[in-house]
Formats: sequence, C-alpha cells, structure tokens
Amino acid sequence: MKLMTHNMLTSKGMKNVKEGFPLKIQAEEMRNVDIDYDRDFITRMIPKLDWKALVFAAQCVGHKEDLPDTLPEGYENDNELLKRLHHVLLEVEVVSGCLECPETQRKFPISNGIPNMLLNEDEV
Amino acid sequence: MDHHNTIKTPHFSHITPEDLDHIYEPSEDSFLLIDALEKDLDLIRAICPAVCLEVGSGSGVVITALATALGPRCCYLATDINLRACRITQETGQANDVSVNAINTDLVDGVRSPVDVLIFNPPYVVTPSEEVGRGDLEHTWAGGELGREVMDRLFPRVSELLSSKGVFYLVVLKENRPQEVAELLALQGFSCTTLLSRTTGPEKLSVLRFTRNR
Repeated sequence: MKLMTHNMLTSKGMKNVKEGFPLKIQAEEMRNVDIDYDRDFITRMIPKLDWKALVFAAQCVGHKEDLPDTLPEGYENDNELLKRLHHVLLEVEVVSGCLECPETQRKFPISNGIPNMLLNEDEV
Repeated sequence: MDHHNTIKTPHFSHITPEDLDHIYEPSEDSFLLIDALEKDLDLIRAICPAVCLEVGSGSGVVITALATALGPRCCYLATDINLRACRITQETGQANDVSVNAINTDLVDGVRSPVDVLIFNPPYVVTPSEEVGRGDLEHTWAGGELGREVMDRLFPRVSELLSSKGVFYLVVLKENRPQEVAELLALQGFSCTTLLSRTTGPEKLSVLRFTRNR
C-alpha cells in the first residue's frame, strides 16, 4: 500500500464514525520500490491530497523528516521537495501491518501490500 | 500530450487457469467497457481527472486499459471483494507498465471521495437472490433479482463519491432495465447516455455514462 493510497482511505462508512480519517498506519513489513519520477504527476496530485494526512502517514512509517508540516507556497518550483514527495507518495510501500481507525481503534489489515477495508455486518 | 484514441488490449497472460477459478476472465463485457472508455477518452481527458476508480476490478484489465490510455496523470484505484482479484489487478497493471492500487473491500467501502472517473462492470446476471456473493466466481456474475442487487447497492453512494465534474460508467444487461437504472441515478441529479451497445448471442449489453446535470 502506497502512502498515496492511504490518503484515500477512511473508516467513515462504519457506524458511529464521524471522520475516520486519517487512519493510523502500523507497519510491520515495508519495502521501497523504484518509480520513475514524473514531476507533472506530483504537481497535479498535490492539490488533491490531504497534506496533513500525508505528513501523519509519513510520520507513522518513519519518513517524517522528508516533509514539511505545511505545504509551502511555490512548492511547484521546489524540485527537491517534489522529489521527496515522489518518494514518500509512491516509493514507500507498506507490505503488511494494519490501518487503525482514529475513533474506534478498529484495525484494518494490510497483507501483500493490499489494505482490507471489508466491514462486518454489525459495523455498517 | 498523447491524444491517441485507441486503447490496446492489455496483456493478461500472467493470469493462470487456477486464477480463473476465482476471478472473472476478461470477456465480451470487459472489452465492451474498454471500447466505450476508448470512445469517451476526449471527454475523460477534458475533465482533467486525478483519481480513477474501478469497482470490482477482477482481472484488472479495464482499469489497466484506462491507465494505459490516460497515462501517468492520474491515480488509478481498484476495489474488489476478492483479495486474489486485488493482487491480480495490480499484476495486470504491472504487466502493462502502469500502476494500479488495489483495495480489498466491498464496493467502495473505505474509499474517500472525490473520485473523478468511476467504473463498474457489475455482476449483472439475473439469478436467484441466494446466489449473490455465494462464492468467488458467483461474486463475479450473480446479480440476483433483475440482476440488479449488487449495482443497486452502489447507486446511493455515487453522488457523494464522485467529484462535481466526475463521470460514472456502468455496464448493464437489457434485463437489468437500463431505463429504471437511469431513473434511479436521475433522482440524484445525474443524466444518462448509452455510450455503446452490443448483442452477443442472447445477451444485449450496454455501457451507460452518467454525468451530473448542470
């Protein structure tokens, strides 16, 4: 599971959950992959992402030092930042572990890099 | 910028016979959906999508085809209730040099909005209700009463999930009563266009496109 994917996951569909975002990442096994740097892709995706959630996720997996707490003005021209963002968003993967709901602490397992967001009947 | 409007059918030779006991083999409906997306590429590009999601991606052939056509300008997500399908979907992406991120879930549970392009080739075959979701393969085709039991569960979530400019593509069978489906989505403010239809033997399939009324 890439951190970009994590930015799009929520436990909000669960009963009694108001926001359910961001989910806390508890990583067991991680891996780094090599993805070609595409500056256009990164600059297009940034406005679509929840920055705070991304920083939180990076923190969870030990990559906090790579990202500023707030998105700086003129980020489109900061090639160094964009490259770090590329790495954190696309090249850091959680292979196994879980995602934890911030409100109920319910854990969603991640196995073979795929998050399992399936809910039980009594949770919907 | 690439403006080619043909989509090459993705490679999927990595899918084994054993896999096909569990996931949906790319079939006429998959290719019809790919043809429809190909036909609509200009419209899709014009909305400048950031997130494309295929619900129930199975082999991943459809989301992969879209990804090869649109290129690395979007995040491509796929959901499937079957974990093996999730894995295979990602492999299909890799085999075709695109990145597809799979989520193991029921329909769109756990996915945050907004999504710009939503795609669903549902289990649309008319079957007794009891057959819906009874096994890996039944999940892929058993649609229950009118073949609508699964897709009807997605419809109430489309409006919240889709971005304001978002577009939803759906495969339906004539028996699913496409007109009724259009009416259901119209209640949520969507207008419907039949993009493509094809009759293969006894099956008449159509791909419907839904966009918000302005």
